[in-house]
Amino acid sequence: MNPSGFPEQLRRSWAIAKKDIRIYYIKGPVLIFGVFMPLFMFLAFLMGTREVPLSFLISGLVGMTLFFTATAVSPAIFPWEGSAKTLERLASCPVTVEAIVFGDMIASTLFGIGITIITVIIGLALGLSLLHGITLVAAILIAACCFSAIGMLLAVPPTNVPSNIMMLSSLIKFPLVFISGIFVPLEQMPSWGLMLSYISPLTYFTDLVRYSFTDAHFFPIWADIAALAVFTLMFTVVTMVLHKRTMPQRM
Amino acid sequence: MTAIIQASNLTKIFDKSTAVDHISFDVHEGEIFGFLGPNGAGKTTTTRMLTGVIPADSGTVTILGHDIRSEPVMAKQGFGVVPETSNAYTDLTAWQNLMLMGELYGLPRARAEQRSSELLGLVGLLERKDQKVQAYSKGMKQRLILAMALIHEPGLLFLDEPTSGLDVQSTQMILALLRDLNDKGTTIFLTTHNMEEANRLCHRVGIILAGRMVAIDAPEKLKVAIDRVHKIEVSFDHEVPADALARLAGITSADRTGDKWQIIAENRDAVIRSLVEFSRHQGATIVTLNTLAPSLDEAFLRLTKGEKP
Repeated sequence: MNPSGFPEQLRRSWAIAKKDIRIYYIKGPVLIFGVFMPLFMFLAFLMGTREVPLSFLISGLVGMTLFFTATAVSPAIFPWEGSAKTLERLASCPVTVEAIVFGDMIASTLFGIGITIITVIIGLALGLSLLHGITLVAAILIAACCFSAIGMLLAVPPTNVPSNIMMLSSLIKFPLVFISGIFVPLEQMPSWGLMLSYISPLTYFTDLVRYSFTDAHFFPIWADIAALAVFTLMFTVVTMVLHKRTMPQRM
Repeated sequence: MTAIIQASNLTKIFDKSTAVDHISFDVHEGEIFGFLGPNGAGKTTTTRMLTGVIPADSGTVTILGHDIRSEPVMAKQGFGVVPETSNAYTDLTAWQNLMLMGELYGLPRARAEQRSSELLGLVGLLERKDQKVQAYSKGMKQRLILAMALIHEPGLLFLDEPTSGLDVQSTQMILALLRDLNDKGTTIFLTTHNMEEANRLCHRVGIILAGRMVAIDAPEKLKVAIDRVHKIEVSFDHEVPADALARLAGITSADRTGDKWQIIAENRDAVIRSLVEFSRHQGATIVTLNTLAPSLDEAFLRLTKGEKP
């Protein structure tokens, strides 16, 4: 066994992910928040908007659910663990910073996927037909990784006060929802809104979900998947580099 | 002697304040090294640099032959850490905490389970292994984190104030366990405020003051070294002439207190030899002969307050 080798560090990341799921994710309030938060936003728009069809909004709901759930808890894990001194324990263990971050990402990815599957089932129960199942599965997998990397990126500022990070997280997450074609179709967006939507990975995921349920899409499917993959890679690398730099400041 | 820990010119600066200032020391294989110092002297900062939790601003640390900066995983694989604050996951049970540690140190599942059972039995927590740690007392938490630090049978153990604020039972259990581990070959780096604990446990102690190492030696040598003059107490089975005693080579003064003589000398070894010769010459028997060294407490206070003897 080479403790610093990739397979061994990956195994230790999985141990961290299991710990996160046990401690932070399998909690009543977290699960309820994960389901209800996007659902209430969806209902608010459903009641206020008559011009867009239900199938459009359900696709948006799936996109929003994955985005909110995959980024719900991960930004606060480092601040929580920093204040409880458990992060110091991890830092003194033979685990790289990258493995710790990756473990947190695995947990939020799995949580995001789990809750999103429930939303997809709700969509199907409401009468939507799934036209491109494989595309949807691929989109959910890539986007879950991408959004969990965003969640970890939000945790980069080296504070051990969770509320500071959650406030920052909300400030970034909510505007993204409104520029990503969830409530307003990309076709109806003003040109400046459309320009902004290009920089949001949620835009490409929502486009893929919409294609999966309605066959309609704004970007070519390959472009959506490529954009999500590039965002995932970029956010993962950046979050690991930045966490490595800020980790000692949390101790 | 093999150096398990080699710290060289270790320095840490927070803002403009130098917390640790170019300290260097070695800890040898199989020894218990006590790291002492007043609050804010830089003990915890040094321990955190040694364990790779925070990086040093300059200097190097080699643990078990691995540089903590360039090979952190290999270095950390060889040691266990018991920090000052209990940092087990309180939302997990003791068993889950130990299994997590087993996975983080790369133990196969069966081995981790076997070690967890052994260690929980050793620290008296086996019956409460499935209880969440948040319900544990401070002593139980401390015993648990000691067990967590030992899950992979490390050759080196770092402990930061392991018995601070604990009840007598937990303290005795932990100290006995440390002695036992050391007897089996584990090298121990112990940060403590408790002089009695350091005196009884440690083979050598290092004293840090304002970020600088002011002394490193065996406790007994350190106690003796701080006094330039030594006190010796001697009593004989019958009266001896005071002036003859005071004239012995190396004796600075000899004062009678009750049935004993308190002797001040610069060379303790030479005076003891003179006293033995003197008693033989006087036809007297030495009833008691005590060398009065300062306690480690006194040594610590003098070294850290800059007092002159």
